[in-house]
Amino acid sequence: MSVVIYAESEKGQLKKIALELASYGKAIAAELQTELVAVTINCENNESLGEYGVDKVLTVEHQGAFNAQQYATIIAEAARSQSVAVAVVSSSADSRFLAPLLAIQLEAGYVSNVVATPISTSPFQVKRSVFTNKAFNISEINTEVKLIGLSKNAFGLHPHPTTATVSSFEASSNTSTMEVQSVDQASDSVTIADAEIVVSGGRGLKGPENWHLIENLASTLGAATACSKPVSDMGWRPHSEHVGQTGKPVASNLYIAIGVSGAIQHLAGINASKVKVVINSDPEAPFFKAADYGIVGDAFEVVPKMIEKFKAFQAENA
Amino acid sequence: MKILVCISHVPDTTSKINFVEGDTQFDTQGVQYIINPNDEFGLTRAMWFKEKNGASVDVINVGGPETEATLRKALAIGADNAIRVNTPAKEAIQVAKEIVSVIQQNQYDLIIAGRESIDYNGGMVPGMIAALTGMNYLNNCIGLEIDANLATAIREMDGGKETVTAPLPLVIGAQKGLVEESDLRIPNMRGIMMARKKPLTVMEPQEMSEQVTSVSFEKPAPKGDVKLIDPENIDELIALLHNEAKVI
Repeated sequence: MSVVIYAESEKGQLKKIALELASYGKAIAAELQTELVAVTINCENNESLGEYGVDKVLTVEHQGAFNAQQYATIIAEAARSQSVAVAVVSSSADSRFLAPLLAIQLEAGYVSNVVATPISTSPFQVKRSVFTNKAFNISEINTEVKLIGLSKNAFGLHPHPTTATVSSFEASSNTSTMEVQSVDQASDSVTIADAEIVVSGGRGLKGPENWHLIENLASTLGAATACSKPVSDMGWRPHSEHVGQTGKPVASNLYIAIGVSGAIQHLAGINASKVKVVINSDPEAPFFKAADYGIVGDAFEVVPKMIEKFKAFQAENA
Repeated sequence: MKILVCISHVPDTTSKINFVEGDTQFDTQGVQYIINPNDEFGLTRAMWFKEKNGASVDVINVGGPETEATLRKALAIGADNAIRVNTPAKEAIQVAKEIVSVIQQNQYDLIIAGRESIDYNGGMVPGMIAALTGMNYLNNCIGLEIDANLATAIREMDGGKETVTAPLPLVIGAQKGLVEESDLRIPNMRGIMMARKKPLTVMEPQEMSEQVTSVSFEKPAPKGDVKLIDPENIDELIALLHNEAKVI
């Protein structure tokens, strides 16, 4: 029996969520008194997983681009070779893509958006967010193998130094008729999915020409940029920046909303963020009810001051 | 080309979320139901294929009789046939298996389902349909063209997008971007009248065991009041974020 995580990497290096997954997997493995095994694909720094409690790493070499069907088959084979009891994947776009395929292959009951370690392991009950973070559901998994999709930033990093044994795993070849023709990936900016801090702009910024305020604040903080639905609908910003119920979910440590009124659909999408700051000239904006800290003021005056003050703070604390 | 669009019947995005029967059931009192927005983006793209290529478009829902109004709306938007599998939707694998049994009787070329429903947010049904049928699958689809038997689709990834080709049959997970918000169609009177005459077939469900069961619901703990900071005193905000919230 084992707990198996799929530890994602990018350009050969483990992603931070892989370490969060290891921390989480370790907590379950300890509860079940079993081994924690990580499966990695095209990853070079596998030993780092030992720092977060992984006992064994199975590394797989995969030729060609990410393919959810092929990855799911690889992970399923590797997991079965370890007599998997509980498999855990992250909430990245790739993992959410492959997880339902993995669930079918493992004949596992799958629960996504899980926000904490299991409430009990017999029966196996987990808590997940539903209604776009407006509520939680306690779900019971009845199958022999369980599959958990962990919400981003729900568990955090918990070091647990172990020596991980690393061995390569030969997956059987599986071909695909799908072909990646081109990839268009921003290399220089932080993605909303990976960001610790997200700076978001709304209609209050009056036009796309004022977005340098959002971008400058974001680059000062090493943050990703995001926007509200009306802003993407009007074409001021690309759809990929739209956060909210029908856009991207945000689960960052800090979410700064500038000129965003805080419609219920927007708040639902960003609610999993730990700390929310709102800057709005309208003291009646609904966002003030959802935020931790608020400034009633004109973004065009407040944001430049924030950039200056954050820079001074960073210089002091460097 | 035959297209099947999977339609979830979900509470309107502004609905109050409450629970009844000892927090085990969603409180439907006063709730307006809509086509799941991610499904509606997919349905709208299907209409485009219908008008351009003469595709036929079926819509399907797994649910009780109360979901028929939502299916009729999909017919009013322009779908040709509706199918309802007469059983409450309890979990993703059950919904996927019911839909797969309809797919196996009807030889569809393209299956469209929203990347997730806005009620339970599972994000599972399209992937499970693909895995159960062995069809190709692309999630987070923000672009789709079909030429003869080959689909060219764009997938949104974390921090970018990729263009992928896949032979049909194909399952896609639809989302905003597949069509624009402004392309969504409000049914007109003629569409609504025609929808009344279009076939809505009710099918009986299969027997299956439950993999995941819902035990109970909880609401998040109420949030404390916002701390207001003087716009002239950004230093206080920074101090709070550093010392109290510990996020910078």
